[in-house]
Amino acid sequence: MLLTLTTTHQPATDLGHLLHKHPDRAQSFSTSSGTAHVFYPRADHEECTVALLLEVDPVALVRGPGSTLTQYVNDRPYAAGSLLTVALGSVFRTAMNGRSESRAELADTPIPLKINLPALPHRLVERLFTPLGWDVETRPIPLDEHEESRYADVTLTGTVKLSDALKHLYVLLPVLDGSKHYWVAADEVDKLLRAGEGWLAQHPDRELITTRYLARKRPLVVSALARLAEVDEVEPEELDNALTEPKISLAVQRRDALVKQLKEARASKVLDLGCGGGALLKALLEQPEFTEIQGVDVSAQALQVAERKLRLDRMSDRQRERLTLRQSSLTYADPALQGYDAAVLMEVVEHLDPDRLPALENCVFGVARPRTVLVTTPNVEYNVLFETLPEGQMRHSDHRFEWTRAEFRAWADGVAGRRGYTVRYLPIGPEDAERGAPTQLAVFTVGDTN
Amino acid sequence: MELKIPDLCLVVLVGASGSGKSTFARKHFLPTQILSSDYFRGLVADDENDQSASGDAFDVLHYVAGKRLDAGRTTVIDATNVQPGDRAQLIEIARRHNVLPVAIVLDTPEEVCLARNARRPDRDFGAHVVRRHRTALRKSLKFLGKEGFKKVHVLRSQSEVDDATIGYERLLNDLRHETGPFDVIGDVHGCRAELEDLLVELGYELVRDDEGRAVDAVPPGNRRAAFVGDLVDRGPDTPGVLRLVMGMVESGHAFCVCGNHEQKLVRALRGRNVQVKHGLAESLAQLAAEPEDFRRRAERFCDGLVAHYVLDGGDLVLAHAGLPERYHGRASARVRSFALYGDTTGETDEYGLPVRYPWANEYRGQAMVLYGHTPTPEAEWVNNTMCLDTGVVFGGKLTALRYPEREVVSVAAHKVWYEPVRPLVVPEVEREPDVLALTDVLGRRTIETAHRGRVTVRPEQAASALEVMSRFAIDPHELLYLPPTMAPTATSRRPDVLEHPEDAFAEYRSAGVREVICEEKHMGSRAVVLVRREGGAIHTRTGRAFFAEPLGSELLSRVRDAVTGAGLWDELDTDWLLFDAELLPWNAKATGLIKEQYASVGAAALGVLPPAVAALTAARDRGVDVGALLERTTSRLANAHGYSAAYQRYCWPTSGLDGVRIAPFQLLAAAGRTFHDRPHTWHLDLVARLTGDVFTQTRHLVVDTADEAQVAAGIRWWEELTAGGGEGMVVKPLANLVPNVQPGVKVRGREYLRIIYGPDYTEPANLERLRQRGLGKKRSLALREYALGLEALERVARGEPLWRVHECVFAVLALESEPVDPRL
Repeated sequence: MLLTLTTTHQPATDLGHLLHKHPDRAQSFSTSSGTAHVFYPRADHEECTVALLLEVDPVALVRGPGSTLTQYVNDRPYAAGSLLTVALGSVFRTAMNGRSESRAELADTPIPLKINLPALPHRLVERLFTPLGWDVETRPIPLDEHEESRYADVTLTGTVKLSDALKHLYVLLPVLDGSKHYWVAADEVDKLLRAGEGWLAQHPDRELITTRYLARKRPLVVSALARLAEVDEVEPEELDNALTEPKISLAVQRRDALVKQLKEARASKVLDLGCGGGALLKALLEQPEFTEIQGVDVSAQALQVAERKLRLDRMSDRQRERLTLRQSSLTYADPALQGYDAAVLMEVVEHLDPDRLPALENCVFGVARPRTVLVTTPNVEYNVLFETLPEGQMRHSDHRFEWTRAEFRAWADGVAGRRGYTVRYLPIGPEDAERGAPTQLAVFTVGDTN
Repeated sequence: MELKIPDLCLVVLVGASGSGKSTFARKHFLPTQILSSDYFRGLVADDENDQSASGDAFDVLHYVAGKRLDAGRTTVIDATNVQPGDRAQLIEIARRHNVLPVAIVLDTPEEVCLARNARRPDRDFGAHVVRRHRTALRKSLKFLGKEGFKKVHVLRSQSEVDDATIGYERLLNDLRHETGPFDVIGDVHGCRAELEDLLVELGYELVRDDEGRAVDAVPPGNRRAAFVGDLVDRGPDTPGVLRLVMGMVESGHAFCVCGNHEQKLVRALRGRNVQVKHGLAESLAQLAAEPEDFRRRAERFCDGLVAHYVLDGGDLVLAHAGLPERYHGRASARVRSFALYGDTTGETDEYGLPVRYPWANEYRGQAMVLYGHTPTPEAEWVNNTMCLDTGVVFGGKLTALRYPEREVVSVAAHKVWYEPVRPLVVPEVEREPDVLALTDVLGRRTIETAHRGRVTVRPEQAASALEVMSRFAIDPHELLYLPPTMAPTATSRRPDVLEHPEDAFAEYRSAGVREVICEEKHMGSRAVVLVRREGGAIHTRTGRAFFAEPLGSELLSRVRDAVTGAGLWDELDTDWLLFDAELLPWNAKATGLIKEQYASVGAAALGVLPPAVAALTAARDRGVDVGALLERTTSRLANAHGYSAAYQRYCWPTSGLDGVRIAPFQLLAAAGRTFHDRPHTWHLDLVARLTGDVFTQTRHLVVDTADEAQVAAGIRWWEELTAGGGEGMVVKPLANLVPNVQPGVKVRGREYLRIIYGPDYTEPANLERLRQRGLGKKRSLALREYALGLEALERVARGEPLWRVHECVFAVLALESEPVDPRL
């Protein structure tokens, strides 16, 4: 990992004073992320360049205590990221704080600076550095003959106080990198606020920066945003407003439609097959007529998320008794799904390969066999009306297929015929005259539904 | 006096306090068989006489009784049980677990009870309690049978209590001592002529009376016939069938279980009010023409038929409508009802007939179950069960199964004797013999493997495999095998490498394996190829499809053509083949991995190291002392170039199937057979016959591990393979399967390992530390997964039910979720 910093402020060798590192000596520092070497490839009156080279021990990186990296083949020893940040903060700590005994005035003066990072994940670099007064020049590094890699040789040019330049790097290098090498702990919030003092609160992308710096740990992010608001004497809502949604989302409309259908079917014992993080379960729990609710997912991890989101550990006994969360699979017969009034498969079938649908059919309509089955799935005809969805692309990367209305009906009519159900179809979401609604719902019923 | 009780039952002791129940129980039963209310009061309340704890104590007692009865263990309840309500709960428990309740009453005189209690300081509750118990008991005595006890023994004096012994009786359905061989015959329904045809076909000699009527059939050798019920109704000669079968049963030539039609016929003959439907009218008319004593005999015979039999040490069960495992050898109204009528869903089909619950789909029992009841066009295996009713009376066939040979023998109906209400085809949705159940894979599982005993899968391993299997794997019908992980050879002590062939040779030599084969390791992705005459699949080592359609089918058809060209279908007498193979190039499957990880690291390294060298050179030229750092950085730049060259070797452009190569190296299985007893050279010779552009050969060398010259040649061969960055080789015992020895170990090349251990792993300080790697877990995992894979193959070859194969395949995937150093 390499970073060079050049100034043409004259006398340029004053850089050595600002950094507290003598231009004619090579110095090495042992830091928590490796050995940091500081040396000057050039140091004369016109121009002075300092280089920070971090030597990382690749074996210790993986084997060391608390390590979260599992692959020896890793860009950490090469790409500028959080490891370099740690070295920067340790080697140039005094300069970053803006203190210089011999050149106090210069330390407080913007000077012409050029910073070079030969291998930096560059996707956000212009967006993040330009608002801070930097000119950004990137030369992407090729991956192979056809593609560019996510790294670029990046040069930042600007007239900036050295301490600010170092703070910008300290915060933004790990943000660009996106993955921190150590577990994010609460004191990271303090570090961020200290290094971001004076510029972060005004940065147009402060939320992005905060989120990525704190490695997407939501509680920490909220606390940092609130404290930022405090520091700058603005209301926290103002900072957080990008997170609220202006209109009723399709997901909410889907849940409302399903709850309505379940009520019409007079279901009290309800299965949510493929419950994921429990969004529908939450809506079901709010309706007292659903007395027995079972949420099923194939992913044990999803069930843990649901358990946390629904706050199962603090739910009252009465509420808790209504809900069961279980791992199961819709491609295996599971007798524990028997005895329910209704089953919901909300946006589930499209996550299965088409040749596994007969197994799902047997599991739901053969083995579980509730009186009512509700199935929702995207209507692919509607996709062109989503402005942000590129043509021909599915709505979710794990979708194995997305059906037209005719395709959905062909499948559902077949299931109903084979299994003795009747089926009707309903649109969910704003309906387009030609292309129908974004979500399609099939309501299957068997036996006497009165 | 001997008290007879069934060998599986719930014994309820009844007697007042002090009547001697506990002493009696201790004398005749094991301590673990006895559940005493005193003991359970102690468990929940620390005081055996705390009557306020009785409610909780009985809750726990009933729970334990249920667990014991579930497991088929005779259980004795030691409590006063003088109140009808207490006994009713116990009878209910017995019924719920389908065992017979038996009462043993200790009607000990009052003064004896009182005297006993007086000697026990903890029983100071006074004479009125004993008196109350005795009054309740006396009132109960004559109703015990009516309450539901199948046997009631009353001991009226101390001497009767002292003299009593316990004698065990086999249940009527218990014929485990009858070991066969048997010829099990499906529903006859009055088709006497076809039954005679079938018996002759099976080698029986018919015995006829003076009027020429068949009255017995003498089996060939030591065989016996066994009927699954429904001898009567619908057909032309119910009396003739009964005459023949009754004769066979009476002479010990046959067994017969009861069918629902026999049950109903008995009721009709006794003048009960039954609906004369489903061919009963024919039977009644035919029997009316017979003499009264024949009718009586037929009625007695049908009435005496047992609803199911357990035969051959528990390996074979006969029941007219089939029987789930939990009912095997049990006795209750529910068991009888299932055996006669089966399970219905409560719905009716379009012909007004009850929809039958497909219990066999869920059957996971160890015993073979043979049954009839539901006419089907062909007798087919479903999870080790077979329905032998092939609708002879409807113009189909009369079918028998030879046990234990599992051979089906059928004779055609002479004509349609009775028009079926619904056509003789199975509705589409009922024909799902291979439905897998969640309980086949989830939770803690232990799989018995032929080559490594029991292999255990922990619940959390199964839980993570469930998601992968459900969401990403191909249809389990096509997923018959997953390859085991492979351990590297022991870590080399040479200064410049991590792995070296000499260690692999030494390992096998010390395990007593002389001949090994070295096979070139293709740097591709592991692939399993199932090719059928029609269809098949190519999947990865986690069960995902290799290519999206139509590419998968296209590649498969090229393999199929090669198999046909080599004449393997006929040579191996099979319509499917399962190959273990490597698919190349690496990037054909691993594009994302290569771009995200391997190529990115190369780009970053080659992006940063040249400017670093330049900056250091500039500093050195200024006279700054950076010499050592410059040297190290220059060396790292060379490592980065080596690394980039290493991974790029394994990537080449493909478009569709152009550029894709497949290297099969082992034939895993074909219909009825596995091949892990064939030497690897046999396999390689066989796959060498598969020709076509898409195939590539696996270079190999046989080495005698005890011959120094050959070992040296093996090392040289590896050095040549790896000098240019080749992945290395796999060393396997030439003979193939050698019990408890690694099925293969890999020896990877020095340059290749840069893409595993990082570009700089060859720096001496790094190598020294990397040598500290634990191989034990990986090697143990490899052996367990190998045993599971072989078990799956052998089960496939034996034609076992899908769930038996799938549990092994699933277990391999589950074990793979175990965290193991991914660089091994």
